[in-house]
Amino acid sequence: MQSIELTYQKKDLPSSISKIGWILLFIGLILGVAAFFVDHSRAVYNYLIAYAFMISIGVGALFLIALEYVVGADWSVPFRRIVEFFAATIPLLAILVVPLLFNIGDLFHWSHAEAVAEDKVLQGKAPYLNVPFFIIRVFVLVAIWSLFYFFFARNSKKQDSTKEQKLTTKNIRLSAIFIPIFALTITISSVDWLMSVAPHWFSTIFGVYFFAGTVVAALAAVTLATVLLKENGYLHPALTNDHLYSLGALLFAFVNFWGYIAFSQFMLIWYADLPEETSWFLQKWQGSWAIFSIGLIVVQFLVPYVILLTQPSKMDPKKLKFISIWLLFAHLYDIFWLVMPATDQLSDGYYFSWIDFVFPIAVVGLIILVFNLKAKKENLMPIGDPKFQKGLDFHL
Amino acid sequence: MADKKIFGVTALFNNPDAIISAARKVADSGFTKWDVNSPYPLHGIDKAMKMKPSTLGFVTLVFGLTGVAVALFFMWWTMSVDYPMVIGGKPYFSLPAFIPVTFEVTVIMATVSSVVAMFAFFFGLPRNAHALHDTEYLKKVSRDHFGIIIESDDPKFDERSTQELLKSLNPISTEIIYYPEKERYPIFEPRFLVFLFGVAVVVSIGTYLMLNKLMYIQPFNWMDEQQKIIPQSKSEFFSDERGMRLPVEGTVARGFIPYPFAGDKEPKEVLSNPYFPTKENLELGQRKFLTYCSPCHGNYADGDSRLQGQFPNPPTLHSDRARNFPDGMIYHIITNGQNIMPSYASQVTREERWAIVHYIRVLQRAKNASESDVKFAKSE
Repeated sequence: MQSIELTYQKKDLPSSISKIGWILLFIGLILGVAAFFVDHSRAVYNYLIAYAFMISIGVGALFLIALEYVVGADWSVPFRRIVEFFAATIPLLAILVVPLLFNIGDLFHWSHAEAVAEDKVLQGKAPYLNVPFFIIRVFVLVAIWSLFYFFFARNSKKQDSTKEQKLTTKNIRLSAIFIPIFALTITISSVDWLMSVAPHWFSTIFGVYFFAGTVVAALAAVTLATVLLKENGYLHPALTNDHLYSLGALLFAFVNFWGYIAFSQFMLIWYADLPEETSWFLQKWQGSWAIFSIGLIVVQFLVPYVILLTQPSKMDPKKLKFISIWLLFAHLYDIFWLVMPATDQLSDGYYFSWIDFVFPIAVVGLIILVFNLKAKKENLMPIGDPKFQKGLDFHL
Repeated sequence: MADKKIFGVTALFNNPDAIISAARKVADSGFTKWDVNSPYPLHGIDKAMKMKPSTLGFVTLVFGLTGVAVALFFMWWTMSVDYPMVIGGKPYFSLPAFIPVTFEVTVIMATVSSVVAMFAFFFGLPRNAHALHDTEYLKKVSRDHFGIIIESDDPKFDERSTQELLKSLNPISTEIIYYPEKERYPIFEPRFLVFLFGVAVVVSIGTYLMLNKLMYIQPFNWMDEQQKIIPQSKSEFFSDERGMRLPVEGTVARGFIPYPFAGDKEPKEVLSNPYFPTKENLELGQRKFLTYCSPCHGNYADGDSRLQGQFPNPPTLHSDRARNFPDGMIYHIITNGQNIMPSYASQVTREERWAIVHYIRVLQRAKNASESDVKFAKSE
């Protein structure tokens, strides 16, 4: 069809990107350190939220890589390198966790021995919720994710030059192993970091809930990066808006999935009406948190649902850019909503503080820097993948 | 052949790229009534044919929203207006409980209506006598070829120029398709209809005779006639014509002790309690009291109903009148009922009723304990 043969040519990202990244990280860090001195407890919880957001982007991206291999998708192959760049943030989780581990007493009620001593429920949970085992879990999980990321990325990068079919096969096998491990690790991670902030409460669907938000956030990040790179001509010139359609459709699907899971969690607890379960939701109905809770439905479900509903909007770059920024914010909002009402400081209702906005700035800066670093070293598209051409030939 | 009417002109191609570029050219020449046939969906053909986006999505949307409205309205009407029911202590109209049903109804309305609309309106099915049926063209495009058909209804159609246009696209072959001759269906001929009617009559009569006569010729009467009386039926044998006999007057069931003052509103004399207030009897009485009496009389017989005003509260059993009742009077009231209290004779056995009487005495004594009772309780 095409009269001129189009090929991908690697172009370096402009230096302004790394500048933006450094400035955001710098501002975030300075304000973050200041926040720790101004309001220690609130700063620690906000750090936790930002950390959970990093997990979402990194591990969610890793899941998207595995998903592509395991279902044998063609359409997503041209974007896979971008997903890999986001997954490259995973090893950083091992370093970023250190400030949290030093403040574990401020974060988690169950980490206090004297609190556990007079609490039957916490005693029962103590074999799982205790500080040494917690720290072991944190590092084991990050190690597992990093290992899988390392193998995925190494095989994928090698393929750029060797174009070996065998490397894809290897990654498919790896993905099939990774998916069940992912299900387990993301559940453990969400229970450890987010559910145990309210240690008396429990919900068996919580892992799935966090997973849904994670995939939405990772997909939104990938969509945003893809649209921006494509618009500025850093990707293969044969890419059209048709290629964006599947990203938009998957985003739409997972927005719905999040809504489905979030409602399932709410409805089961609401219906059973057991005090030990409903207390968590009642806390989120306390004072101004009620507005926050309703806002979550609007921000994370209704608005993206309406915007992404029609077919043309799923491939409109403008709408996709808007909605991916929106959904990244929505996921941050979601984690904030999960954590903050359970803290002692904000249990009666939300009041404004600049500290809430500091750490996400640093996280965004950090992710941009990692992305930029990877983009410098590697191709922005997996040109050696045997399915690359098939992915490019995709038409609606 | 000259009298045959042309349905359209077709052209066959043997690969998807060729059909897409051919479709693009046909669309550029301004035809409107034409189509592309392919054995499988072709990505990008919609754009090549310059087709407008399908409006099927709006059907789905409208019926999906109808589903939302219908489901919510139905549940609101049934659950909170027409027959309000408290379920699980939730309000009559409790949205979270209605959402799953709303979701399901929305999905089923949207999908079923989409499929029906697709077949009936968008495809125009059924088309039993379409001109393309039984043509070599249709066989090929449903196997391994790709075809274009331009219909003669198109305002720009002209037998020669259209064929030339298609030939200029380098197809494997082009062909003119004619409307098939009108077929005469023999099933509407009177002879056939009479035959059909005849068969119907013979089969009906045959079936009737087989099932109602042939099957009942002796010895196959299927046990319809037996020398016994079927329950609830009339009997010729007894003078009162009752098939089911009544017990002899004065019959008492085994283990049943009849109550002599049954039905007496104000009995002159009552029975005395034949049981002793042993520990077992008091425990039995407590159990039965809590099950049958306490919903109205309250756990301690204060008349403080546990029913939250759904049934009128009875008076307290700690009044002087109730305390001065003989045991037999309380037994009489449980057995016969009083005012709006119904008889409990069918739910609570005779022994249990006497045990309840003992337990009520315990409650009454506990509420009005004397000095010596308190001393005795302390020494215990």
